[in-house]
Amino acid sequence: MTLIAFFFYVFAVLCIASAAMVIIARNPVHAVLFLILAFFNAAGLFVLLGAEFLAMLLVIVYVGAVAVLFLFVVMMLDVDFAELKAGFIKNAPVGAVVGGIVLVELALLFIVHGFDLGTAGKLQAATPPIESGIANTEALGRLIYTKYVYFFQASGLILLVAMIGAIVLTLRHKEGVKRQSIAAQVARNPATAVEVVKVPSGSAIVPSSQGQNS
Amino acid sequence: MTQETIDTLWTYGIWLLTVIGFSLLMIVGLLLIIAYLLLMDRKVWAAVQMRKGPNVVGPFGLFQSFADLLKFVFKEPVIPAGADKGVFLAAPVATATLALTAWAVIPVSENDWGRWVIADLNVGVLYLLAISSLGVYGIIMGGWASNSKYPFMGSLRSAAQMVSYEVSIGLVIVTVLLCAGSLNLTEIVNAQQEGLGTGIGLPNSFLDWYWLPLLPMFVVFFISALAETNRPPFDLPEAESELVAGFMVEYSSTPYLLFMLGEYVAITTMCALTTILFLGGWLPPIDVAPFNWIPGFFWFLLKVVAVFFMFAMVKAMVPRYRYDQLMRLGWKVFLPLSLLMVVVVAGVLQYGGFV
Repeated sequence: MTLIAFFFYVFAVLCIASAAMVIIARNPVHAVLFLILAFFNAAGLFVLLGAEFLAMLLVIVYVGAVAVLFLFVVMMLDVDFAELKAGFIKNAPVGAVVGGIVLVELALLFIVHGFDLGTAGKLQAATPPIESGIANTEALGRLIYTKYVYFFQASGLILLVAMIGAIVLTLRHKEGVKRQSIAAQVARNPATAVEVVKVPSGSAIVPSSQGQNS
Repeated sequence: MTQETIDTLWTYGIWLLTVIGFSLLMIVGLLLIIAYLLLMDRKVWAAVQMRKGPNVVGPFGLFQSFADLLKFVFKEPVIPAGADKGVFLAAPVATATLALTAWAVIPVSENDWGRWVIADLNVGVLYLLAISSLGVYGIIMGGWASNSKYPFMGSLRSAAQMVSYEVSIGLVIVTVLLCAGSLNLTEIVNAQQEGLGTGIGLPNSFLDWYWLPLLPMFVVFFISALAETNRPPFDLPEAESELVAGFMVEYSSTPYLLFMLGEYVAITTMCALTTILFLGGWLPPIDVAPFNWIPGFFWFLLKVVAVFFMFAMVKAMVPRYRYDQLMRLGWKVFLPLSLLMVVVVAGVLQYGGFV
């Protein structure tokens, strides 16, 4: 138990510290790298909770794919630091108000409910207990593919629509771009690829079929 | 201290020491094996080109890798003036560490003593996917922190390439998982004890392993593994004819060594994964007298070396892909093919009476 507590504090402190660094760091690339560290520590907390499947998904999806794209975009952008700082001072009051409201809400929650889990604890009690001997991957799979299969499929469809939408928005057919047509290359044979020209001695060749056999 | 506290400390202490001991054993063994795999890579490459390869340091050049190690370590690390120092140095460390981390879940054998693996995770396959998808960070960070054009180009190429081929690797692994019914790597190997061969009445043999029923996926996985580890013919991130040395241009001495080490550890991980998923791990090729006397670990090692030999031969023989062809292969050929195979395999398992 003490070991788990120790690791909890390590992960929690690192998670909060790196989350703070995400907004404090001046260089946006450093901010993204700290964001990745925060994801990692959150995954560590999931492992401590016994939800190893969620932890691995968090790392695969967020760290392995989403954050890579973040980093991609942030690295390519030419960020003007002076402008960013000016924006910080301008937007600071709004941010402070929003942050203050959330803080007050959290404080109220703790004052009303104390430090026990409150509603979260009741929700946990409402779900059927997982049979012993079943890994939580299997338990999740059984639930998602039986009871919640329609919700699961619907969320998949929404993601598919979003993906197609992104492709449609960015797809442009540029004219005059040379592309490789592998089928055309493979279909070439000596008759279409090679032109045998009889050269009469002492005269020049006039290319008869320029561009046809490209 | 009460007796209870001492007992707790004793139990944790023993447990901690065991884990550390096994991890050290694994890392030292792995690094030794990789030193010789590196030599084998160069020797195979040389043999294909009718050269002798490294043959000066030690008998047959057996100490070449150690000589290289010493040379790298004793040189001066040069850090470019415009580089982001912290990220520049963190990148190779991240690459090497992450590559080594993957070996925590790879089982190398199983016998009466138990499973020869440091962490016997129930989500071992997902862990490997997660770690291998992190490998791209070392490369992106290195390329960006160098503050130079070629490394940056190399790292962008590499990021796009690794993210693309991860998709097909993931789907190929899904087909294997469907057949094995577990995410635990040891159980995936044990599920290969019976298969097509035993189905027609033969004893346990190499015909039971998943390479045979999932042959197209085996090929897709092998090629994707080449692309995922930036091996030739997919070594575009470091294509010397276009990008000098890609993301490694600005690196020298120990940081370069760490990149190199991380790359070879990742290659070995992919060889081990191929062995576990498709070639029956530590199972003997035929489960009869002379073969099953040999400990499983040696079969595992032999298979890993055999897969690595294929990696080396590909490097020696196949010309480099062009970048658009690489992307076409990943997204337009492998992704639809592996997606289709997931559906086909799931259908066959469900309606073919295997469940």
